[in-house]
Amino acid sequence: MLNPQLNRHGELQHLLTLDGLPREIIISILDHAAPFTEVAEREVKKLPLLRGKSIFNLFFENSTRTRTTFEIAAKRLTADVVNLNVSTSSTSKGESLLDTIDNLCAMHADMFVVRHAASGAPILIAQHLLATGRDHIHVINAGDGRHAHPTQGLLDMYTIRHYKRDFTQLSIAIVGDVLHSRVARSQIAALKTLGVPDLRVIAPKTLLPSAIESMGARTFHDMREGLRDVDVIMMLRLQNERMAGALLPTPQEYYKVWGLTAEKLALSKKDAIVMHPGPMNRGIEIDSAVADGAQAVILPQVTFGIAVRMAVMSMLAGN
Amino acid sequence: MQLPDAETLCRQLAEQIRPCLKPDTVLIGIRTGGEWLTRRLHALLGLELPFGVIDISFYRDDYGAKGLHANPQRTNIPFSIENAHVILVDDVLYTGRTARAAINEIFDFGRPACIELAVLVDRGGRELPIAARYCAHTLPEPLPDSQNLQLEQAENSGLTLRLIHA
Repeated sequence: MLNPQLNRHGELQHLLTLDGLPREIIISILDHAAPFTEVAEREVKKLPLLRGKSIFNLFFENSTRTRTTFEIAAKRLTADVVNLNVSTSSTSKGESLLDTIDNLCAMHADMFVVRHAASGAPILIAQHLLATGRDHIHVINAGDGRHAHPTQGLLDMYTIRHYKRDFTQLSIAIVGDVLHSRVARSQIAALKTLGVPDLRVIAPKTLLPSAIESMGARTFHDMREGLRDVDVIMMLRLQNERMAGALLPTPQEYYKVWGLTAEKLALSKKDAIVMHPGPMNRGIEIDSAVADGAQAVILPQVTFGIAVRMAVMSMLAGN
Repeated sequence: MQLPDAETLCRQLAEQIRPCLKPDTVLIGIRTGGEWLTRRLHALLGLELPFGVIDISFYRDDYGAKGLHANPQRTNIPFSIENAHVILVDDVLYTGRTARAAINEIFDFGRPACIELAVLVDRGGRELPIAARYCAHTLPEPLPDSQNLQLEQAENSGLTLRLIHA
């Protein structure tokens, strides 16, 4: 089947999901991101690659970190960035998604960075652009519903490679609210593609999607058992705003059973790293002592995220 | 065409540069050929300040047509560019576009006192107003566009020039 993310030369045209993205392309993005990390240390933190390009940040759902890091990445590449907080504008007046896109295309957009509460919104936009002969415009998925958050997945892969080098030797645990998490789905897809032999998912039964094993992860319902001897712990945010019904008793009880504390962290390898995509709920999924501890790489994740997004944008715009 | 010996040219280039050295002179090599050359010149000239290496992938003027270079590497300039006396080093001077990109990139690190260009071979074919102050060898006739002249480094780190017909 034709991969809708790739152009006819097999190059990256859009970044929509990590599921099904060839290993060579994932590795190539990680390789390209490395030299971009150096730009932040310069007097002038800017590269001329996207000079004259217009990038529209289309956030149909709130976000601070992701939108800001995309904006910084685009600005460091000298692109013109327009931020549209669509949740407060035309959509609330009744404009359809594709009408919004058509209007922005008429303003000569070169790239859309899209976040949407509905899974599949970015691919709908990409298909619409292709069908209307505007396939020179690129789409980056900045998180759609419960489906995918590919740049977060990529920056997590960059972080793991930075600290642990070889994916094929690692035990990795993803912990928490997998059910609502597009981040977890992107992480699992990439980790499997990169050949992680021991991938674990640790969560209460109510917060696990059915058939998660079919993605190649082993499930654990006991945190102490699941964390034993892992190299990497990837915490997820408890997505209270997406919870409908009684999936959990109370946040306090969740913390007691599923929160990452120093005592539970000690069950993993001595040099294990702790990751979190943010924003963190301290005292719910992670204890402050762990979040601020020596094994946490949560702030480096944010810094690497800018370089990874610069790499994705400059690869797309050059293809 | 008989190409000159790159090792001999390298020593000649060092001798051209030597009388013009200042206490604060720094070398910056353009990856990859210029980096090898810079490593050599740095040793031959006995410079104490470290040398820099620049990768111009993010400054190329053909990004719009060709996309991102396949394997960009880190630029590493381990000293302050502010008021520095910089000698930019490359293996072959051709259109001048690589030197233009490198000069732009250097300015993103600060304002140097001056930038001079040192090259092993000038093959002609300039498309920009750029000239080398130090040049070990100028080809008698400009090479046709179909030919590619490049520096190669063997495993024992010996340097040779090679002409490739596209």
